[in-house]
Amino acid sequence: MSRLLQRLFGRLPIGWLQLTHNRTRFAAAIAGVAFANVLVFVQLGIMNSMAVATLRPYEFFRADIIISAADANAIADGGNVARQWMLQALANPDVIEGMGLFVANVPWDRGQTDISLTTFGIDPFKQDFISPKITADLNLLQVNDAAILDRLARGITRDEAVAIRPQTPLSFETDGRTIKAYNTFSGGGGFGGDGYMLVSDQTFLSLFPARSSAAPDHILLRTRPGTSVDEVSEHLRGQISDSSLRIRSYADAMAEDLRYQQTRRPTGVIFGFGVFIGILVGLIIIYQVLSTDVADHLREYATFKAMGYGSRFFLGIVFEEALVLGVFGFIPGLIVGTTILTVMAKVTTLPLSMTLAMAASVFVGTIAVSSLSGAIATRRVAAADPADLF
Amino acid sequence: METPDRDVIEVRGLNHWFGIGDARKQALYDLNFAIEAGSFTVLMGPSGSGKTTVLTLLGCLRGVQDGSVRLLGEQLNGARETTLMTLRRHLGFIFQAHNLHESLTALQNVIMGIQVHGDVSDELAHTAATHVLKLVGLADRINYLPANLSGGQKQRVAVARALVGNPALVLADEPTAALDGDSASEVVDLLKRLGSTRGTTTLLVTHDNRILERADRILVLEDGRIVSDTAPQ
Repeated sequence: MSRLLQRLFGRLPIGWLQLTHNRTRFAAAIAGVAFANVLVFVQLGIMNSMAVATLRPYEFFRADIIISAADANAIADGGNVARQWMLQALANPDVIEGMGLFVANVPWDRGQTDISLTTFGIDPFKQDFISPKITADLNLLQVNDAAILDRLARGITRDEAVAIRPQTPLSFETDGRTIKAYNTFSGGGGFGGDGYMLVSDQTFLSLFPARSSAAPDHILLRTRPGTSVDEVSEHLRGQISDSSLRIRSYADAMAEDLRYQQTRRPTGVIFGFGVFIGILVGLIIIYQVLSTDVADHLREYATFKAMGYGSRFFLGIVFEEALVLGVFGFIPGLIVGTTILTVMAKVTTLPLSMTLAMAASVFVGTIAVSSLSGAIATRRVAAADPADLF
Repeated sequence: METPDRDVIEVRGLNHWFGIGDARKQALYDLNFAIEAGSFTVLMGPSGSGKTTVLTLLGCLRGVQDGSVRLLGEQLNGARETTLMTLRRHLGFIFQAHNLHESLTALQNVIMGIQVHGDVSDELAHTAATHVLKLVGLADRINYLPANLSGGQKQRVAVARALVGNPALVLADEPTAALDGDSASEVVDLLKRLGSTRGTTTLLVTHDNRILERADRILVLEDGRIVSDTAPQ
């Protein structure tokens, strides 16, 4: 390592030699940086999983425009929208098809654990609105009380999910009705529910008798190929007289809802703040290590100054130390962070995982924070006065 | 840098003060002397006489306040920090405390003395440092950390560090204080040999009688004034 750094810097790797001279302190410094990295990884992992969980239900459907109630901040978080607006939208020649989408959480008493399934009520005859990712036969939903179940939902075992077939449906009771799951699709637990379920709009209305077929939670629209979705959305906003409705392109709705979850909801703000705290902790730890190291070597630095070494040399040493701490702290931080996210994902079934983008951004961030700490610590080098040596 | 005259150091009307306001105290009074290239000069005097102040001024470690100091042909009074830093690279410092870097081996400490010139290859620096360590009798200790060396060995590493860059002037403060008789004699031999073969000038503060008798010249300072300037027989 020493030789590699010597080649890299074109001089003796004094920073590395200083840091590794006291191995206990070096190990403690690396542990501190790694701890800050783990903090950031876990918070980022949760934030990422929130993004994945927020966007996942959007991926079940294919639409160009979505009409939602003013207070619906996600596709799984609906408010009534009068079906008449779908009919009015269909009057627009660029809108070729529409579907009402119902959404509500269905409780499932699983004995030891109760789970809550975010249930979408769809029109099984409008399969164009369903993503090809859901490979199950949607015709099955035409049967009353039929469902397609999320095989990755919390509380459903792999064996149980594999056994669900049209010939061997899984039956369960909810609010006095028996639902039969004829097939499965891939979803996963989120922050608002333990998994997902698709039923027909008729089954949905049977499950929720207080709901009306005239008021779905969202209206999904498909536009004529080649038309500008933004222009059609704009046109519909002028056409539909209820100005409280949110008429957005499906892509805009995904982006806005994600932004809302990350910046407006308390959970998003808390996890974002957690990332900030992690960065701050890293900055303070690295600064403290570098600052102490500079203070411990002031006499040596003063000697080097007397010998004719300039400020660039000292900056180089401190930045070298910052770089070493950043890189060596990142590696265990990455390993521990990945392990924690993997364990948390298993326990919670949230989509928690270490992504390459996350690792890369935390690495770049670690180096940036290390450099910033180094830049602050170098101010202490000025205190080394070679005239005091004699 | 100008080509130095025969005099490596030329001091004229040098005064120096410490402190400000009522606490301002004069440390040096109208010093005048010159030191020839290749000479071995001893600076003596009681504590507080101003020896250290002279060394720090000649070593470009303090700014000259009043008077003229020409070092290696450069005027130090009013010189810019970059000039002083460049000049320092042509000096060899031996401090009373060895001031070795605890994380570096003896060899690495000495390499620092040559690496400051920047244009030296790793191989040449290694060879030169090893050679100088051999000269000071530490060939078998080159990879030792200072913590594993005796006080005398550390001081010899410090001497090697000061000499490896082939300095024009060596400024030394009690360099033999931690050395036994033989080692002290070897270090003085080395400094004198460098003076005669390479023209290296040595200005050394010491109370060691063994050195006094081998000096070309002895300057005695008292209360900031030169009270004696002699050449021993």
